[in-house]
Amino acid sequence: MKTLLLGNKAIARGLYEAGVCFVSSYPGTPSTEITEEAVKYDEIYCEWAPNEKVAMESAFGASLSGKRSFCAQKHVGLNVAADPLFTMSYTGVNAGMVIVVADDAGMHSSQNEQDSRHYAIAAKVPMLEPADSAEALAFTKQAYELSEQFDTPVLIKMCTRVAHSQSVAETGERQEYDKPYEKNIAKYVMMPGNAKKRHPIVEARTKALKDFAETTELNRIEMGGTELGIITSSTSYQYVKEVFGDSVSVLKLGMINPLPEQKIRDFAGSVQKLVVVEELDDIIEQYVRSLGLAVSGRDILPGIDEFAQNIVAKAFGRETTAGEKLADAIPPRPPVMCAGCPHRGLFYTLQKKKCTVLGDIGCYTLGAVPPLSAMDMTLCMGASISAAHGFNKMRGAESSGRTVAVIGDSTFIHSGMTGLANVAYNQSPTTVIILDNSITGMTGHQQNPATGFNIKGEPAGRIDLEALCRAMGFARVRVIDPYDLKATETAITEELATPAASVIISRRPCALLKKVKHKAPLAVDREKCIGCKACMRIGCPAISIKEGKAHVDGTLCVGCGVCEQLCPKQAFASTAQD
Amino acid sequence: METKNIIIIGVGGQGSLLASKILGDLLLRQGYDVKVSEVHGMSQRGGSVITYVRFGSHVYSPVVDEGEADFIVSFELLETARWLKCLKPGGQIVTNTQQIDPMPVITGAATYPADLVAKIKAKNIRIDAMDCLTLAKEAGSLKAVNIVLLGRLSHYFDISEDIWQEVLTANVPPKFLALNQKAFTLGRNYQA
Repeated sequence: MKTLLLGNKAIARGLYEAGVCFVSSYPGTPSTEITEEAVKYDEIYCEWAPNEKVAMESAFGASLSGKRSFCAQKHVGLNVAADPLFTMSYTGVNAGMVIVVADDAGMHSSQNEQDSRHYAIAAKVPMLEPADSAEALAFTKQAYELSEQFDTPVLIKMCTRVAHSQSVAETGERQEYDKPYEKNIAKYVMMPGNAKKRHPIVEARTKALKDFAETTELNRIEMGGTELGIITSSTSYQYVKEVFGDSVSVLKLGMINPLPEQKIRDFAGSVQKLVVVEELDDIIEQYVRSLGLAVSGRDILPGIDEFAQNIVAKAFGRETTAGEKLADAIPPRPPVMCAGCPHRGLFYTLQKKKCTVLGDIGCYTLGAVPPLSAMDMTLCMGASISAAHGFNKMRGAESSGRTVAVIGDSTFIHSGMTGLANVAYNQSPTTVIILDNSITGMTGHQQNPATGFNIKGEPAGRIDLEALCRAMGFARVRVIDPYDLKATETAITEELATPAASVIISRRPCALLKKVKHKAPLAVDREKCIGCKACMRIGCPAISIKEGKAHVDGTLCVGCGVCEQLCPKQAFASTAQD
Repeated sequence: METKNIIIIGVGGQGSLLASKILGDLLLRQGYDVKVSEVHGMSQRGGSVITYVRFGSHVYSPVVDEGEADFIVSFELLETARWLKCLKPGGQIVTNTQQIDPMPVITGAATYPADLVAKIKAKNIRIDAMDCLTLAKEAGSLKAVNIVLLGRLSHYFDISEDIWQEVLTANVPPKFLALNQKAFTLGRNYQA
């Protein structure tokens, strides 16, 4: 049946049709929907893992047991899971195992713009790269065949524009797969003696994969005019076709590691000028150059940001249509914390106390945005606690009295726990604030080990954060409600004042959760409001100044009452009817 | 057929994804090749959310670039102005006249430009501006702005209202169907 499928949904459909039984992932834009769609098939066991490394290792265990398995992550998630990946290349698989890594060129929702193709090369693992949903579905199924044929995990590289674009794909039936487990110490126990024997097997496999790359239909040549030949893949292929149609020749790569040497040489020989069109790093171009072929690419196209058809058109000197523009300056619309966001009260307090805030990855990174501007650093998942530890170790008392780490519940479980262990073990006077909003927020509300529910919303194991911190050796663990500004300030003041390490759990569920009951919106009494703008310091999207006085947008306000606590004239009141 | 381009612009949380889903389904049923491109994640937190819908005999790129949109469908006036550059010469804008202040305007760091509709009209651009919030309220829910806009967009397509309503029925929950049908008709039949 032909249907319009989101790229990520097409991957999930491919998993279903390939007979996959096990999926374990940690959410990360733009990869999240693959696992959310896969869980809709009863035949596939799906779970959210605490982090990408755990997810990949779990999927490896499932493959070892003889069932086809899968894990998905965003590009930076693969950094976390790189450790098992590199050695899984040596062990190979039992049943097929496929890994999706979703890059985010353009950084729509990421902290960097790394190119995941480097991992395939470094780990010596084949990588496929679909250009639309139909290919996402077909490549997923083929990846399992390759995984078993060549005894290797297979990477599929997605990008935002393939993952989050719907295009037409044809669905098929599921075929079950089952393989017995057989103990094989030499293959699966990677101690030096065994690993030394596996490395030559990896090299031989790469050679076999290179031969496969020469003949597979994953890499196809579309001959057009011979004046210009373009080597490309993924959405770059779509942009090239958008600009040139069938007027130029194209080598469209569906398998981007290893690359087909002879096919590239033949293609280069059939055209007068050769250009590589690829987003981010010039990996294909450098390879082509290493073959001694004349090639162009990075000299005409940027290595920064995602492409679109006009960028490609301009690179080849083609005219594009300039759009209309108004003379007015158009103010930007940056993302903001939602009205009623529990993080707001906490960041307001940190800003008020002029704290140095080592931040982390999640919605609360928006604490860095004006007017709160209450963040000094954001690096990667879990870095808040470790960096605060290092900062305090070097700056001692002059720093620890005002320095905090802030980290969300899901991020804490992902990779903050090990940082906390370091604070406890190596004893720095660090105050860690865990922002427990009972959900993984930024990626669109996924459950995690601290929420007590699994991916299907069924009751599951729940980590007791307070008990966990105490067990690590923290004597000072306290819980606050960030809607209560006074209690929040008292807790932060007291914990920063004490020389002992401490944990504050700022607990209040995300205001967007369906189970959260909102209060009636507030309204401003214009008689009482003196227009002092004290309420504007919290950056709430529901509050603005209209004709000199504060105004609450009743369609946005959820009655959290944080603004009310800042007003010196009690001008805010609930619109609830008694 | 040459590929046609629509961009749908909203502010995070306004329901632009449902509008693009319905549109994609409709065009697929009409036998076109279709691509719909969305953005999820951080930019949805009250930020500017843009969705591209492309259809034709064969669609390659999933995105609509500068100067390419046959239609701009916008949930908010400032966003209409921001993405004006994407409109093709001779293209049509369908916009809600609602104004949602972005944070730099709320904090006073920037001002919301005045008279945007008039300024766009002054450039001889075809703009269909309407108060969708009032129409949505009339239909029964402020959240139906997306369907009001879709109804208005349908006015520019040579596809019968029955087919639009059929696709609407297939894509909204039954308990909200009557409301959405009303919102669609109000948008479609709107008289400036």
